[in-house]
Amino acid sequence: MWKIAVWLVALSVVLGGCGPSTKTAATTLPLTGNLTVFAAASLTEAFTAEKATLASKAPHLTVTYSFAGSQALVTQIQQGAPADVFASADQKSMQKLVDAGLVDAPRVFARNKLEIVVAPGNPKHITGLADLAQPGLVVVLEDPSVPAGAYSRQALQKAGVTVKPKSLELDVKSTLAKVTSGEADAAIVYVSDVQSAGTRATGVAIPDAQNVVATYPVAVVKASKNHAAATAFVDEVVSGSGQAALRHQGFLAP
Amino acid sequence: MRAGTTRPPAPVVAVAALAVALFAIPLAGLVWKAPWDSAWSQLSSADARAALRLSLVTSLAATALAVVLGIPLAWVQARFDYPGRRVVRALTTLPMVLPPVVGGIALLLALGRRGLVGQYLDRVGVQLPFHLPGAVLAEAFVAMPFFVLTVEAALRTVDSRLEDAARTLGAGRASVFWHVTLPLVRPSLVAGAVLCWARALGEFGATITFAGNLSGHTQTLPLFVYVKLEGANPDAAIVLSLVLLAMSLVVLVSLRDRWLRAL
Amino acid sequence: MTLDAAVDVTVGTFHLDVRVAVGDGELVAVLGPNGAGKTTFLRALAGLVAIDGGRIVLGDQVLDDPAAGVFVAPERRPVGVVFQDHLLFPHLSALDNVAFGLRRQGRSRRAARAAAGEWLGRVGLAAEADRRPAQLSGGQAQRVALARALATDPAVLLLDEPLAALDVHTRTAVRRDLRRHLDGFGGMRLLVTHDPIDALTLAHRLVIVEGGRVVQEGTPEEITERPRTEYAAELVGTNLYRGTAEGELVRTEGGAVIVAPAAMTAPGPVYAVISPAAVAIHRHEPEGSPRNTWPGRVAHIERLTTKARVRVDGPIAIVADVTAAAVNALDLREGAEVWTAVKASEVGVYPV
Repeated sequence: MWKIAVWLVALSVVLGGCGPSTKTAATTLPLTGNLTVFAAASLTEAFTAEKATLASKAPHLTVTYSFAGSQALVTQIQQGAPADVFASADQKSMQKLVDAGLVDAPRVFARNKLEIVVAPGNPKHITGLADLAQPGLVVVLEDPSVPAGAYSRQALQKAGVTVKPKSLELDVKSTLAKVTSGEADAAIVYVSDVQSAGTRATGVAIPDAQNVVATYPVAVVKASKNHAAATAFVDEVVSGSGQAALRHQGFLAP
Repeated sequence: MRAGTTRPPAPVVAVAALAVALFAIPLAGLVWKAPWDSAWSQLSSADARAALRLSLVTSLAATALAVVLGIPLAWVQARFDYPGRRVVRALTTLPMVLPPVVGGIALLLALGRRGLVGQYLDRVGVQLPFHLPGAVLAEAFVAMPFFVLTVEAALRTVDSRLEDAARTLGAGRASVFWHVTLPLVRPSLVAGAVLCWARALGEFGATITFAGNLSGHTQTLPLFVYVKLEGANPDAAIVLSLVLLAMSLVVLVSLRDRWLRAL
Repeated sequence: MTLDAAVDVTVGTFHLDVRVAVGDGELVAVLGPNGAGKTTFLRALAGLVAIDGGRIVLGDQVLDDPAAGVFVAPERRPVGVVFQDHLLFPHLSALDNVAFGLRRQGRSRRAARAAAGEWLGRVGLAAEADRRPAQLSGGQAQRVALARALATDPAVLLLDEPLAALDVHTRTAVRRDLRRHLDGFGGMRLLVTHDPIDALTLAHRLVIVEGGRVVQEGTPEEITERPRTEYAAELVGTNLYRGTAEGELVRTEGGAVIVAPAAMTAPGPVYAVISPAAVAIHRHEPEGSPRNTWPGRVAHIERLTTKARVRVDGPIAIVADVTAAAVNALDLREGAEVWTAVKASEVGVYPV
């Protein structure tokens, strides 16, 4: 309750003289219309959970998510896709939009680390990145154009391991799915992804020395038709109820 | 004859022109945006060449598979009325209406490592996902119906009396099929195979879902184009898209008119 | 070698039960109205339809015997078929059509095509060897079909209404050729037709099939004189004379003279055909329009339901169809002296 009140005050400060002042003790926000959020695939569970919270806070706001590899979303926004908010899994993708003048100043809202994901119970006894080079092991990675793919390669390079992946998927969720379905023996995804898999997968930690920290920035898209809601969403994610959801899913603080 | 009496009415022509535009404009867009100066280097990159080679190999193999399996199926469907025939017809048409990704998922559930049949295949060392045969199978799955339906329709129209005549001349049933029936439906065989090949060449969803995406093994041309586009390398994507386009155009244009009528 | 075919087969709701025998070198014509079962019979002989009962024996080989569980597939029967619509393979040239059977017999392409070329020459179509069936006229296609069937040297040749699909003019020319080629083929021949002219000019023996049963068998003369059914009478009651045409006249082999219509064929050997319905019988020599009148004696009267067929012998043997009433009115009986009259316009003439 306290947090909500603080949030409401912060919001009213931000919105200043833009419109009628917000109700103080109420738990609803006077946000209406549609909000389209383009977010990296690894944010699927966290943001989807957040949707429920938002629904109770802004019942007149319709939020739609589009989850995909960050690189895919960047291309779509560059071609004029109607996104209001963009949340990326790496700075590189966000930077492309910044350079093109398509987004407002981004803010980092989470960090993530990589983890090896294997079948439940770790039947192939993978202990670290070095084990991924085993002959006969079916390993799947993300395509280098995907943030997780770039990060994975960095980690492998740090560990001095050469892996021959059997496929290069287009986002972390597809990669994860290959392991949970039993098609692949191992893959490198985010800690949050392993968490989301629950009992359908087991994670093998990557030591910090080899690991890569992914930085997740979020920004309001300049062409948004619902700046109020977009900004509110960004705030929610950066310092509001979104943080709890992210933490719950295994993300690290920004 | 009075002038103007043999030309089509203007409104019809106008709408027809609109239809032509629908086909032509996207293609024109591709050509217009093409980076002609860097085209050659795009084409000669290892990835691009691998994708091209792989696409040709898999699409031709998928077509061959479709032809070998499809002709007997088309014949049975055309000639015999058996219980369940309509169900079989629905099954063979299904891949045409199913979203390709759904097809890929279905293939995975059936032939993946833990699949219905796949688990046994895996035990004997036959691996389809992540391997070229997997890409071939994904393409064959979506493209075969085009061949089967075309040929089945043609086989229905064959005058069975010609087959009778062949038998009285000493041809056994297999000989009749090979020397009389098949030659009589040759235009449809060709048209059906070409359509099948074109569909196989363009397949994306089933391939990436079932076979995966790895250059040199399963990254066919459509996958390559998609990855390049998503990876913000539109130049490569456009150039290779044009290659796909050119290949298809060449084949379709060289298809004789009467074979197109056989479709 | 003889053919003995007892065919009992049901196709849909139609039941065919006939027995036909063809002697060595004989040409038998099977006649009947549409739907009589003639084509079904032919298909059973060829093996395209399996019989339900009966037995088909060719020489000493049993081709079909349901009771004994024997059935020889069509491709293994030494039977050649000429179909009504020629059924030439549209994707092959005339030459390759004729060579088809030879190739199936195992001959090399070169040998088969050489033999086929000879056959095409024999039917006068050597120049059309490379043409596709679609480029041939109806008559030419039928001749190619004949060559195709004969090329495999069958023991029996079956012809299913071979002239039916041709127009009247072509039919005459092709019939002439057909006769020549059929005469040249020494094996058994069975011709299915509904055209009595075909039967009478080509066959030694006729079998009339109606409603799936044989209603009469015999030589053309026998049936002409004693038709057992109305249909038989309609069909096979035709007076056919061989003779020589000279201008307006036809001199028969027996020496009689027939006056034929003005629009005639070139001089030479011909058939003259007179329908029994066109023959009038008179007690005394008639005066007036008919330019053909002959004296004669009643040889036989065959009474049918609505009419009678009267055979009159004389300088020209002729049968006439008259009503039952006329028989009474003229007091016709065997041995009676009469005159027969036929208008010149009722005489059909065909080159042999």
